[in-house]
Amino acid sequence: MNSPIFLAAVAAIAGAFALVQPHLGPFWQSLLINILMYTALATAWALFSGPTRYVSLATAAFFGLGAYTMAFLGEAMPLPMVYLSAAVIGAVVAAIVGLSTLRLSGVYFVIFTFGLAELIRQLVTWAEAKFGGTVGRFVFVPVSPTDIYFMLIAACVAVFALGWWVQRSRLGWALRAIGEDETVARHAGIDVTRAKVLLFSLSASVMSVVGCIMAPRWTYIDATIAFNPIISFQVLIMALLGGAARLYGPVLGVVPLAILFELLQANFPNHFSILLGAVFLAVVYLVPRGVAGLLEKRR
Amino acid sequence: MNTTRRAALGGIASAAIISTAHAQTGPIRIGYSISRTGPNAGGANVTTLPNYQLWVRTVNEAGGLRVPGGARRQIEVVEYDDRSQSEEAVRNVDRLINQDRVDFVLPPWGTGLNLAVGAVLNRGGHPHLAVTSVTERIPELVQRWPNAFFFLGRSSAASEALVTTLQGLQRGQGLGNTVALASVQDQFGIELVNAGRAALNRAGFRIVMDRQYPLGQQDLAPLLAEAARANPEIFIAFSYPPDTLAITEQARIANFNPRVFYTAVGTAFPLFRQRFAANAEGVMGIGGVDISSPRIRDYVARHTQVVGRPPDGWASPVTYASLEVLEQAIAQVGTDRAALIRAIGSGTFDTIVGSIRMENNQRIAQPWVGQWQGENFVAVGGAGTLTPVQFPKPAWRPA
Amino acid sequence: MFIVDVVLSGLVLGGIYALIAMGLTLQYGVARIMNLAYGEFTIAACFAAYVLFTVSGVNPIIALAVAMPASFVINWLVYAIFMTPLVKRAPDAGALEVDSILATFGLLFVVQGVLLVIFGGTYFSYSYLAVPVQILGSAVALNRLLAAGIALAIALALYLLLMKTRMGTAVRAVAVNPASARLVGIDTARYAAFAFALGGALVAASGVLVSMFFTFNASMGVVFTMKALIIVIMGGVGNVLGALAAGLILGLAEALSAGFLDSGLTMAVNFALFLAILLWRPAGLFGKRAR
Repeated sequence: MNSPIFLAAVAAIAGAFALVQPHLGPFWQSLLINILMYTALATAWALFSGPTRYVSLATAAFFGLGAYTMAFLGEAMPLPMVYLSAAVIGAVVAAIVGLSTLRLSGVYFVIFTFGLAELIRQLVTWAEAKFGGTVGRFVFVPVSPTDIYFMLIAACVAVFALGWWVQRSRLGWALRAIGEDETVARHAGIDVTRAKVLLFSLSASVMSVVGCIMAPRWTYIDATIAFNPIISFQVLIMALLGGAARLYGPVLGVVPLAILFELLQANFPNHFSILLGAVFLAVVYLVPRGVAGLLEKRR
Repeated sequence: MNTTRRAALGGIASAAIISTAHAQTGPIRIGYSISRTGPNAGGANVTTLPNYQLWVRTVNEAGGLRVPGGARRQIEVVEYDDRSQSEEAVRNVDRLINQDRVDFVLPPWGTGLNLAVGAVLNRGGHPHLAVTSVTERIPELVQRWPNAFFFLGRSSAASEALVTTLQGLQRGQGLGNTVALASVQDQFGIELVNAGRAALNRAGFRIVMDRQYPLGQQDLAPLLAEAARANPEIFIAFSYPPDTLAITEQARIANFNPRVFYTAVGTAFPLFRQRFAANAEGVMGIGGVDISSPRIRDYVARHTQVVGRPPDGWASPVTYASLEVLEQAIAQVGTDRAALIRAIGSGTFDTIVGSIRMENNQRIAQPWVGQWQGENFVAVGGAGTLTPVQFPKPAWRPA
Repeated sequence: MFIVDVVLSGLVLGGIYALIAMGLTLQYGVARIMNLAYGEFTIAACFAAYVLFTVSGVNPIIALAVAMPASFVINWLVYAIFMTPLVKRAPDAGALEVDSILATFGLLFVVQGVLLVIFGGTYFSYSYLAVPVQILGSAVALNRLLAAGIALAIALALYLLLMKTRMGTAVRAVAVNPASARLVGIDTARYAAFAFALGGALVAASGVLVSMFFTFNASMGVVFTMKALIIVIMGGVGNVLGALAAGLILGLAEALSAGFLDSGLTMAVNFALFLAILLWRPAGLFGKRAR
């Protein structure tokens, strides 16, 4: 992909999102918040999982850590510091996890990351019940939906810029080599572990920041809300559907799916599940290589 | 569209000007986003959704909602599924208010989702009839959100009413003072047990076991084995529906027969009685209804007929009563939401659960302790018309 | 004796866990389908047992005789209709994994949606064989004991089927290396379909048995999918005895931590144990390091 065009496109789209805000009204802003949130999450997910082919279900873990960072620190620190803390916490936890787990492969890694997210959820609940005196936390931070909208735009720009930089750096080259064949990459002198852990941390810190941005929108979080495994699954599905191999792939899964959810939900509240499932099956059969793959084939 | 513009103007124009001929005949649009799926679906489908449906049907069959001037307007419903996710609930309510432009929004089920949509309803100036939202911090919430009304009170009120009931049994019936506690690790369970523990200690009870278990746990044999070994006079589980059933079943298997057996949420479900039949007798739980009231009996009959099963004996009638409050307030002031919020906050309303009058946007006086006596989950503790406690709870019989 | 209570309830629970996971061992381990709709089929079987029991008065043990063959057929069809095109187009195991995740995610919503339309979202529960059995002075519910016992029986039968019969050898060959299996004349497509359908029959068995003591609703499928995935991975993919061992370990750990550590930590202990075992043995307890 021609990189200046890509960056210009990201900037133009972000600018359009920002310019259009005053005309949106609460509902459209709400819908776009959802799309932006999943764009940031799914792109961050693909940042790591695309080149390395490690399918992670730990998105909810990092998202939840970020949300809890806001719940704990939101009223104690200036907001920029809170977001920074979330980024650091996400990165550090991911680094520790990465160092211990990246020797797992295939489905063992998938379910490990799922188990990890659930373990964190259980431990947070237990610690809150034991020491916090209650399991739910109120998040009364002066952040409006419009603030959230703009911060999510910023997060999306950041994750695309990050992805662009990674692809062009030595790190990106190393990761592609690992994705092709890990043994060969290792023999070629690539520090496989370091590369993977670094990228896992970068991806996780974006997820944590997104969780941190979103938490005030819900007023109340508990471990079940913050570490909801549905988030992990939805991100995974959106990214895979769009195509995780390209930086712009996930967004091609996020936008149609978010709109699909919205349309079905608004029009068929009683048969939402059946229709969603049916459309989903159809998409899997008709779009075998992800939306990105479909586009490339056409070209 | 007409309704909408009228509602938007309502705050400025007087009620007399806006009651045009058309507005009196067009439907009133009421929207709700509810957990049809996901972990909250169990609660929403027992307590909240059936009562919305029953109320809409009842009102529409009677000709519609009465508005000032005596006309009646049909209710038109817009409904969504929030899939038990906060973000979906927020977006759905945003859509109901700003896209569908409904006249009123009914709340979702559960504390978390009610709080998630609280800010949206507050911004939109909609009354928020929070029923299934029970937390210790309600006094603080109503300061922030003067449009919010809490119909079920605070968690501590439930625990304190239970302890008061137990003290009554101590004085009058010779109940001993040993208590085993179990609680589910979720916001409501923890708030209940914290307040309960403090109240028990104040009242001089001796806590011989105090355990928590994770949300969703249905395998509680070790917990009940421990409780049975402690052999307390009183067993209290601040539990949720699936574990309420699991705990009761396991207590019966272990032949654990304390003189007072209490499980919290879910005890009042018709499912409980169906599952345990005669063994439900004497089990205490959260909630309870005044079965001597003809209006409650009528409500139970209508619910059974329309929904196909009886309502639960705690939050169901209160949910229905909250809708009656809305209905009566609309009859007084019409669909102007600001006036409606004032009316709900200051009026006295005659409902199936008796007279409701908000104190600082909260309903304080209500029954808190129920007990299965025959076919009914009757109120035995808290405020209101109470039935004497059946004591001691009869021993489990073989199934 | 408290320790007897705890260990016994742990073993029974472990058996139930193994039972829940047994079907997925075959569906994922042999047929290579990562079935995210697994729990929905379990719940569907719960509902089937509920209806048979409360409406027709058929007890759940007899219901097994209906539900297992029915589920076998349904799952065979699911494999033939939905999975075969994916298997055919997948260039490698990784691609099939991704495709099957996506497809069964859709299937999950369809099955759940159908259950919701039929039964609504409320909780369901009934009582069958909820009578205490005394073992070493400790009371265990007969329905749970039965479920655990049947899990053990199924695991042994399955083990013998796979290890001692010609068909079992073929199935194992498909599990280990589908490409080579084809070379030696094994009809891999048919054996994979057979394994998937057999897994489906076991799902039905677990759903029917679990419904005797578990309170369920249409949205609870994910609970079973997750439990099953954890157990299958912990035991080693495709290893029946591994799943049994993993189930028993998790059940015991849960009961022991409830009895002697902190009942609030039971699930945390289970997940921690699962993670620790994977770190110690990256391919599960009985798994062989692949690729």
